Amino acid sequence: MKDRKRDLANVGNSILFLGPTTVFFAITVLIPFAYGIYLTFFKMNSPTDPMVFSGLLNYLNALKDADFWSSLWLTLKFVIATVFFVNLVGFGLAYLVTSGIKIQNSMRTAYFTPNLIGGLVLGYIWQFVFVQSLPALGEKLGITWLKLGWLGDPHMAFWSLVLVTIWQTSGYMMIIFIAGLISIPKDLIEASTIDGAGPFRRLFNVTLPLMVPSFVVTIFLSLKNAFMVYDLNFSLTKGGPFNSTLMVSMHVVNKAFVEANYGTGQSEAIILFFIVAVVTGIQVYFSKKMEVEA
Amino acid sequence: MNRQRIATSTMVYIISIVALICFVFPFFLLIINSFKSNGEILTSPFSFPQHWNFAHFSDVFAKMNFLVTFKNSFIITTLSTLLIVFFSSMAAYHLVRKPTKYNKFFFTILVASMVIPFQSLMIPLIYIYGAKLQLIDTIPIPLLIFFYIGFGSALSIFMFHGFIKSVPVEIEEAARIDGCNTIQTFFLIVFPMLKPITVTISILNVLWIWNDYLLPSLVLNDESVYTMPVQMKVFNGTYMNNWELLIPAILLTVIPILIMYMIGQKSIINGVMQGSIK
Repeated sequence: MKDRKRDLANVGNSILFLGPTTVFFAITVLIPFAYGIYLTFFKMNSPTDPMVFSGLLNYLNALKDADFWSSLWLTLKFVIATVFFVNLVGFGLAYLVTSGIKIQNSMRTAYFTPNLIGGLVLGYIWQFVFVQSLPALGEKLGITWLKLGWLGDPHMAFWSLVLVTIWQTSGYMMIIFIAGLISIPKDLIEASTIDGAGPFRRLFNVTLPLMVPSFVVTIFLSLKNAFMVYDLNFSLTKGGPFNSTLMVSMHVVNKAFVEANYGTGQSEAIILFFIVAVVTGIQVYFSKKMEVEA
Repeated sequence: MNRQRIATSTMVYIISIVALICFVFPFFLLIINSFKSNGEILTSPFSFPQHWNFAHFSDVFAKMNFLVTFKNSFIITTLSTLLIVFFSSMAAYHLVRKPTKYNKFFFTILVASMVIPFQSLMIPLIYIYGAKLQLIDTIPIPLLIFFYIGFGSALSIFMFHGFIKSVPVEIEEAARIDGCNTIQTFFLIVFPMLKPITVTISILNVLWIWNDYLLPSLVLNDESVYTMPVQMKVFNGTYMNNWELLIPAILLTVIPILIMYMIGQKSIINGVMQGSIK
């Protein structure tokens, strides 16, 4: 009797504590995810069309969609470039602002500022820099490579996106690296100095190996951000010029909502999911293996 | 030795200040150009304005429907964040203290879901809640808040989960002996102890929701419910290359969050730092 009452109370608590989250999570993530996979087996152009079973046709269309694969290839290049530079700059900044100079706290605050503003608005800000300001500066100083609008050139437009991404996210990574750097025991650094290690030896043989846990987090975050970049891509270059900067997220959005091809767009989104899951899975697995005990 | 140290610290200063200029310069350009006319922006974007002209600000303020847009963003961001914190902390507490098979499985699913790109959910979301259930046209703002709670709970539960594991059980046992039930124990004893991580989670969610563009752009189809990023995108489409209006609009869009940063910079930086330590 008493046991049953306690069981009932336990069930009641479970529903009370877990219930709301389960409902929200199921309705926004689980059901749409499962339903999204189901949708890929039907031919459908717009939401009001009747659904006709089409087997793997959508996946075949996705495989044949050359624009999809070129956007994916471009995204991959973007991922490699931004993950490398964002981590490099982020770590450099963290190193600067933990070196003990007087102005370091104000510097942290300033370097973090771009993270407060979303990719969409940042894109508009930098459009002004690339389209209006730099050409005007080039004109005045007579520097040709500044005079040309960077966003009009396919090659420079891609690197402009990379540059703005570094500017936007390296401050966030800096904060994560600062947390890692200040947790490194001081005596380890002192011991290596006494043993005669110069600043570079200290950085590569003592500091960096102890920073692997921070890099696991920052590389994961920068990978995920870069794979899914949309807002900045949309507002800075809109994929142009001539689709030369059209990343995969934007391709999927265009496929579904602009070209009105829900079925193929959704299959491409599912392929993107598999790629992201595999890449981030591998990254976390291997970097966890590299962690050393302090 | 001493001389070398001075040289190194001078280098550190110089690099820090160069980096500072790189980070702040776009904002500086924005501010000085927001008072200029189109002609002046085109010819001399780097100089200070000849006249400090506030007219474009009041013009843009009206054209962007600023008060309504700000109110929408404010309501959506605060309500979503409050509810995410409320429900996620409860769920995380239950998952930590009652590690049954089902609960462990649920937690694994939550963590795994964090790698799902939004792009693979958006088409079914629009399909189910727009075309089938017609909720996008009838209750866009509550629906959007609902979505934010759903999307935000995985990371928030994960962070609360990590924190609650380090909260000693003994305090709760004492409360239980004093006659608290589970609900009272959680809200009166445990929740107040979660304050540091609650601050972190709130900051991360506010920054994400306030700046989010793709999801609101799909859900909010009427000007009366636009959030700031959606309004900014529409404004940019209408006044393409009309920089004397676009620059004040951009500035008005970023000012609220910059004011928030000025007030709470210390807790924002510390909050993000807290969140990175697992």
